[in-house]
Amino acid sequence: MKVVNEVNWMIGGPQGTGVDSSANLFSQACASAGLWVFGKREYHSNIKGKHSYFQVRVSDKPIHSHVDDVHILATFEDSTARLHAHEVVKGGALIYDPTKITLDDLNLKSGVITLPIDFNSVIRHVAEVTGMEYGTLSLMKNTIAVAASMALLRMDISNMEETLARMYTGRKAKLVAPNVAASKKAYEAVDALPDEMHDQFPYHLEPQKNTPKRLLINGAQANSLGKLKAGCRYQTYYPISPATDESNFLESHPEYGIAVVQCEDEIAAIDMALGAATTGVRASTATSGPGFCLMAEGLGWGGMNEVPIVLFDYQRGGPSTGLPTRHEQGDLMFAAFGGHGEYPRLVMAPATINDHFHLAFESFNYADKFQTPVIILNDKFLTHSLETIPPFKENNLVVDRGRLATQPELEAAIADGKGFPRFRPDPKTILSPRPYPGQEGSPYWMTGDEHDDYGHITENPENRRKMHEKRMAKYRLMLEQIPEDRQFSLNGDPNAEITLICWGSTFGVLEDALPILKEKGISANFLHLRMLHPFPISAEKILKKAKKLVIVENNWGTQLGHLIRMSTGIFIPNQIVKYTGRPMSLNEILESVEKIHKKQVAPEVDPLTGQSIEKVVLTYGL
Amino acid sequence: MVSKLQTPLTVTAYKSDVHNDWCPGCGDFGILQAIQQSCAELALPPWETMVFAGIGCSGKVFNYMASHGVHTLHGRVLPFAVGAKIANPDLEVVAVGGDGDGYGIGAGHFVHAGRRNVDMAYIVMTNEVYGLTKGQASPTLGRGQQTKSLPLPNTNDAIQPLALALSSGYTWIGRSYAFDGRHLKEMIKKAIEHKGMALLDVLQPCPTFNDLHTAEWFNKKIKVEGGASMVSRIFNLNEAGHDGAVKDPTNLDEVAEKQKKAFEMAHYHGDRIPVGVFYEIKLPTYVERMQAQAPMLKKYSPVRIPYEDASHLPTTDLSKTYEEFLF
Repeated sequence: MKVVNEVNWMIGGPQGTGVDSSANLFSQACASAGLWVFGKREYHSNIKGKHSYFQVRVSDKPIHSHVDDVHILATFEDSTARLHAHEVVKGGALIYDPTKITLDDLNLKSGVITLPIDFNSVIRHVAEVTGMEYGTLSLMKNTIAVAASMALLRMDISNMEETLARMYTGRKAKLVAPNVAASKKAYEAVDALPDEMHDQFPYHLEPQKNTPKRLLINGAQANSLGKLKAGCRYQTYYPISPATDESNFLESHPEYGIAVVQCEDEIAAIDMALGAATTGVRASTATSGPGFCLMAEGLGWGGMNEVPIVLFDYQRGGPSTGLPTRHEQGDLMFAAFGGHGEYPRLVMAPATINDHFHLAFESFNYADKFQTPVIILNDKFLTHSLETIPPFKENNLVVDRGRLATQPELEAAIADGKGFPRFRPDPKTILSPRPYPGQEGSPYWMTGDEHDDYGHITENPENRRKMHEKRMAKYRLMLEQIPEDRQFSLNGDPNAEITLICWGSTFGVLEDALPILKEKGISANFLHLRMLHPFPISAEKILKKAKKLVIVENNWGTQLGHLIRMSTGIFIPNQIVKYTGRPMSLNEILESVEKIHKKQVAPEVDPLTGQSIEKVVLTYGL
Repeated sequence: MVSKLQTPLTVTAYKSDVHNDWCPGCGDFGILQAIQQSCAELALPPWETMVFAGIGCSGKVFNYMASHGVHTLHGRVLPFAVGAKIANPDLEVVAVGGDGDGYGIGAGHFVHAGRRNVDMAYIVMTNEVYGLTKGQASPTLGRGQQTKSLPLPNTNDAIQPLALALSSGYTWIGRSYAFDGRHLKEMIKKAIEHKGMALLDVLQPCPTFNDLHTAEWFNKKIKVEGGASMVSRIFNLNEAGHDGAVKDPTNLDEVAEKQKKAFEMAHYHGDRIPVGVFYEIKLPTYVERMQAQAPMLKKYSPVRIPYEDASHLPTTDLSKTYEEFLF
């Protein structure tokens, strides 16, 4: 039976051998054939040598998650075959180098097609036809693996040639010819195999005609573009995985004039961004867990001085250095409550790669509107996942700089001679006008100490109460003024038997799971929270109405679950969690929801609450 | 470009009406006064001037100025100030802090500010103690010294801030004394006018907690070895013949020679203390370096790049970048 346009392809190898570029090559070739792509990248905190792999799922329908079943495993050395051979499904194929490995050593399922390729002989051939040195061509093994996969999938090689020409430009343009020669040779060799062999492999890709152009993009890139569109022109960072990709991307686009400043540490990064923001520029910083912790004091200063600032925290496995290059949703509690004292901060997390663009754009509006720090919780999974998406819709975007000082207000400050009353609460809106340094009449004072309307230090208890209440009232403004459909969404049948609750990047896998669960006879919907702190209390009605709640989070303790209990009193004993540093696959979600549906989960006592919980701990993935 | 007032304001225009609560006899008074006088004489528009301060007694300078005053976090005055200056180079940015703030908790930022050469002045008020927390040893107090509130003599060696600044790339390095108003004011003006990162280390007594290096100690006439008469402890090294200014920054021999001399003067030992300009060189500022890489920043500073139209629709055109991703 032919399976058309439903393929999960995996390539792996030691880091530094071009695993990433081959996955990009494969993804781009599929995308240019009009197919939808979702690619997931896994790698170690290491530069050269340790095992990394990339799996690319391809379909003729939009997809937003990865699956566990591998249809083609493309390898060019021994470790990947050893580590992943068991994941190839019956009817799937293994591409391997017979000079490096014997099939008997592998844990292959029966019925897997094995395709030996002598990579070195292909490279020798390329060296001959191009006159290039054999030694310089060894990185082309992954191109050969991609080309062999294309032949197996019955894809036209022309997509791949075009992609190679597009990938290697400028200094790398000389790589096009040998890569094309290598891919042709490999493609022809596989293509020439007898029909009986091809017939055994049912997975085919068929180019789609007349499809509109789509973006093939990852989360960090989409996030960066949203920031540029919003007018962010000041970015600080200290190198840290996986956040650095964003700053690198911004710095590689100097045409927008964004000042990207690499700082001496994350303390400097947040403080420099705050200093910049006081001048009126839209400023932000991007970091990951350990760096985020260092920024806690600076964020509090921003809250105290009502500075609009956006912090992008690309979450990774914690605590401490944790799993530096792996995925986790572990920073929610810290984002919401980290720091001494109390100040209002808005915490949100993008749902999808498309949402990275839109939320990044909006976040600057929220920072300006509420004049306080905004924390966006990105995560490693979508940061490095590649997805085909329709181009970003730009027609509804509007810039909102919030309450700025007016000319009459500046003139009044000049006449008054006491400085600008920057922190005087407006009796109606609470918020105060913000002048920019440089405007005549603008001078005021900023201090982390408690201060009066002008920013002068005072420890007067009445003033303290007035100012503290003013700042904390911003939580109410956020709940009132951020549109409800940007706070949360209920997806699927509103009357479903099971309501899954999630935040951030698990949106995609749940979106893909709903129709399949329905086919299995399980009625489920899911509540996705984009806004996490303050807790979007109007979502309470959905929680109360739901028949059975299941919380889904990439952490041990269900941090959102605790926020929900804290804000609504609702305790959610049914939990699906994963904290291996790997994101949840579609298979895992389907199996665990089924388990919960069939009441197959053993109860245990939650040490944090003393309550009985039913927790499914997911573990799949290397 | 930082602008200047057509009609200069008097020094009063730079004084806020906030009550000053430093201890009587504190060196901070002299430094504050000199900063205000310098602003007046340089005709800086108060609304285009931002004075950033650290935490501690020195940090209160922010509130006594009638320009923009920003009280930052302990040790973090430089990142805040640098951020503002890069975002809007038209502002006159001055950073002020204590020696504990800048050379202790903020030492990392101190070093890296030198590497960037942002066009601003950093005035450090050095009194060898953490005054506001009741007199603990700061990084400039010498080993074995025991100021009033130390239970035991100091176990750490002192750092030499001017030498550290030199190694870190500061392009103007000077020292003055809090109660020599005229010299201090001239030095502050030079530090502000220098195009690049300037460090002015200002020695000052802490009348409450530093009972070793008091105003009397600084003012004392002393006899040096081999000398015939009594001389003042503090002496102006420029008047004594030290010229720290590099004439040709491309002449690496000259640069090395001037750095060597400045380093020697920074480590001047004996009973006398040199003040004045130790080192000076003209090098591209951080903003100029960024402008060379991003032509857009030559046209607009980050704070002035247009990104919305009159009806608040975003105007940044991303279509060229989208091309990288469209398939």
